[in-house]
Amino acid sequence: MQLIPCPNCGQREEIEFHYGGQAHVPYPPEPASLTDSEWAAYLFFRDNPRGPFAERWYHNGGCRRWFNAVRDTVSYRFLAVYRPGDPRPDVAALLATGGDR
Amino acid sequence: MTARRVEGRGSIDRSVPVSFTFADVPLTGFAGDTLASALLGAGISSFSTSVTLGRPRGIMSAGSEEPSALVQVDAPFPEPMLLATTLELTEGLVARGLGGQGRLATAPDPARYDARHAHTDVVIVGAGAAGLSAALVAARAGVRVILIDDDTLAGGSLLDYGEIVDGGSGAEWAAAALAELRSFPQARVLLRTTAFGIYDDGFVLALEHRSDHVADATTSRQRVWRIRTREIVIATGGYERPIAFANNDLPGVMLASAALVYLERYGVLAGEKVVVFTTNDTAYASAIALAEAGAEVTVVDTRDSISSALEGGCRALGVSVVLGSVVAAANSKPAVGPVAVASAAVVSRDGTSSVTLECDLVLVSGGWNPVLHLFSQAKGSLVFDESLATFVAAGPVRGVHLAGLAAAQPDLAASFAGGARAARLALAALGIESGTPFVAPTSDSAFELRPIEQLWAIPTPTDSHEPDTRFVDVQRDVTVSELLRATGAGLRSMEHIKRFTTLGTALDQGKTSGVIGSGVVAEALGATVSELGTTTFRPPFAPVAFGALAGTDRADLFDPIRVTAIHRWHVDNGAVFEDVGQWKRPWYYPHPGESIDEAVARECTAARTGVACLDGSTLGKIDLRGADSAVFLDLLYTNLMSSLKVGSIRYGVMCSPDGMVKDDGTVIRLDADHFIVTTTTGNAAAILDWMEEWLQTEWPELRVSATSVTEHWVTIPLVGPRSREVLATLAPELDVSADGFPFMTTRDATIAGIPGRADRISFSGELAYELNVPAWYGLALWRAVMEAGSSFGITPYGTETMHVLRAEKGYPIIGQDTDGTVTPHDLGLGWAVSKKKVDFIGKRSFARQFNDRPDRKQFVGLLPVDPEQAIPEGAQLIDSPEITTPMPMLGHVSSAYRSVVLESHFALALVKGGRGRIGELIYAWSEGAVTPVRVVDAVLYDPEGTRRDG
Repeated sequence: MQLIPCPNCGQREEIEFHYGGQAHVPYPPEPASLTDSEWAAYLFFRDNPRGPFAERWYHNGGCRRWFNAVRDTVSYRFLAVYRPGDPRPDVAALLATGGDR
Repeated sequence: MTARRVEGRGSIDRSVPVSFTFADVPLTGFAGDTLASALLGAGISSFSTSVTLGRPRGIMSAGSEEPSALVQVDAPFPEPMLLATTLELTEGLVARGLGGQGRLATAPDPARYDARHAHTDVVIVGAGAAGLSAALVAARAGVRVILIDDDTLAGGSLLDYGEIVDGGSGAEWAAAALAELRSFPQARVLLRTTAFGIYDDGFVLALEHRSDHVADATTSRQRVWRIRTREIVIATGGYERPIAFANNDLPGVMLASAALVYLERYGVLAGEKVVVFTTNDTAYASAIALAEAGAEVTVVDTRDSISSALEGGCRALGVSVVLGSVVAAANSKPAVGPVAVASAAVVSRDGTSSVTLECDLVLVSGGWNPVLHLFSQAKGSLVFDESLATFVAAGPVRGVHLAGLAAAQPDLAASFAGGARAARLALAALGIESGTPFVAPTSDSAFELRPIEQLWAIPTPTDSHEPDTRFVDVQRDVTVSELLRATGAGLRSMEHIKRFTTLGTALDQGKTSGVIGSGVVAEALGATVSELGTTTFRPPFAPVAFGALAGTDRADLFDPIRVTAIHRWHVDNGAVFEDVGQWKRPWYYPHPGESIDEAVARECTAARTGVACLDGSTLGKIDLRGADSAVFLDLLYTNLMSSLKVGSIRYGVMCSPDGMVKDDGTVIRLDADHFIVTTTTGNAAAILDWMEEWLQTEWPELRVSATSVTEHWVTIPLVGPRSREVLATLAPELDVSADGFPFMTTRDATIAGIPGRADRISFSGELAYELNVPAWYGLALWRAVMEAGSSFGITPYGTETMHVLRAEKGYPIIGQDTDGTVTPHDLGLGWAVSKKKVDFIGKRSFARQFNDRPDRKQFVGLLPVDPEQAIPEGAQLIDSPEITTPMPMLGHVSSAYRSVVLESHFALALVKGGRGRIGELIYAWSEGAVTPVRVVDAVLYDPEGTRRDG
């Protein structure tokens, strides 16, 4: 069972967490101004990359706080965790250093 | 095969006889025996038949790799598919050989199983020379150590090969090492424990046999250890590899090392006239030991020469050696049938000479396979080593260190040193200097891996028409020819060949057959074994009983049970309970002799004509506070909540961004910046999470905090035309008049002397109040309600009546009447969707064209043409009683009950274009029966809403 580094609680077992899908997909400021396709893109379309992926995670079995993480979808390694609203980390730099754990 | 006990050998306790029964025959073994050693000691070698071909089978190994000696245990408790070679002999054991399927117990298992969590620095799997060395180095450095071994004793091969270690026996060295290890407070030794899985981030699962071997045990039988470790040392040793020759499955054909174990551990000489067939030096230890114990031994070695030391050792004991030859077949006596080995056909490699050797035991050694199952599970990759004719670790894995034979370290000295080195690597990874230096013990070595000749199977004459009996997988009856049929059919990958032939899919998971299978297939394809590769190792390493995995999480402890503060009263008053999520809710309260239908009819009548009460405490309740609470609720709900006056209540619907209904409930405004939000019982936790998700990720600037208060409040709906009178009795200071306490308002009130809150909410369509007091006073309030209502005939009702009452009013239950594809408009709740608000979650989706399609499924009522005909819940709705395919589906029945006030069965349903079909006759199909039903409005009772004011 994988350990996930919660930015508030530290390493915890994966069963304490809930996956929240792709990060940095903000709720549109004015949904009414979007076309149907734009709205559908927000609702249903997400990236599915092989490699580093910025995701949302929820530590529902712990601090009950949402956070963002860059995770490698091949190795499952968490390369970085950061709080919602923080800027997306530099993935290339993370890969060069192997992440923060 | 004429196995017998010999004096002066073995570590069994001959002063403690152990009685057991095998195949209905009473037998005796000794303390320290396995079932296999006791059977061999009793002269029994053939005891089961193979699953497909029905061939007699005996014992091939002395450990966890056993492919053949499967038994069914009948007592002390029925358990199928155990290995005779690892089953400890216990007094009163009743077992029999097992060919094929076993028998599970029909009675519940009385044993207890449990689990322990452990955190440690280094886990060492395997307590042989390498594992013990590693454990000592780690423990002496002061780190936390867990040493795991599946055997009853520590020592591994030190117990069998007779080497002199530091001037004493290997067993003595192992015992001393174990004693030292146990003296460290931070070291734990788990014997009789199998590490069966390695998972991410140093998570190791192990199964400890705590009292399987103990009569009248008071501890749990087995324990699953859930270990989180920083470093892992794998010192799991090796499995000896057989060779596929004709009749190599006969009882009396055994791995060479197994015969040594039976002699040195259990004092059993497995045969009197022994042929040892080998491709390498390791089998000579067995040959020499058996000769010393009195057997007549011939070694058949595939190689053309051996070392002079081996040659001399053999000569000294009268062991004859036939070089450059193979055992082409083991044969039984035709008169006796294929139950035991009687001779071995020995053929020279050049084919020029052949001889038949009489024997009762054929020992085989085709080399050794490092046990790399756990390494492979830890994402270690394997590579084929030509010099060892087997797969070895291809490279390091972070946090995992191999030692001993598992690391293909070729002899005892290398294993001692390798174990110590693995521990030092682990310590270095932990950033710890190793403490007391470890001086590897001096030893001779009776075990040398190299040189070895690669040999998988003996070729058969091409003109042979006999069925192939060269077994690769003995448990699955897979022969060399079957593998060749697979390659002949065009299969090229071991993963495919495995599935085609079932090679390696049995209980032993190919522990002895996997590498031979790869070898045979590679030869057939003209490829190298490296190119072909092997199949994947997956957990568990050895079978684990479901009971052990479940541990204490069974029966009442399987899932938490939640009860309300009033639960005791419900139990005392004969409630029948319904599981709603983890909650136990009263379903109905039958009077003596009453059926559910009669009880529900009585409860419904009380609510519609008198007064009734429900324990509604499980209703999800979220306390919302903060200056921006109203703004947040406006975003969350489809309707406008910010306009709600303090002291008022509004029904609300919330949707997902896709516009589909997620939950509904009431919003109660207690103050300008304080709300109570109610949710569906089963959705309470999910809605709190939903709020947190939006507050934390999208609108962190909103000053709102959400707290679950479901358990804090007991909620009692008081329902019916007489409910006002009951409330007046309970809360004499409260103005309960229709004008003083209007519908959808809330009042702080002292109810039965308890400070609380009364809400005028109705989920039944009747005049009704929901009484809320802190849970601590819940039972007192309930008793007071029953007392105050007694003169009005107050009737407690359960969830079934609650459902009938709400369905008669057309109130949907989110999750029962909806399925995530239903909009508020589909439900007829368009009135609850604000047109004023600029935005709320889901609003944009309502502007999609799809939302206006006339054939969307809409929420309607159904009445059966025959009022006494029930409409099955879940029935498909169709527009013709004649079934033709394809049959267009109109929708389905989501709720169905019988109604007293309607004097009819009725249902709620989602029907394509349903509101346009009102008045139409359609049909409900379920399990072959068709019920004609008429589409009606979802609100079947009191559509004008006149009853809610009493």
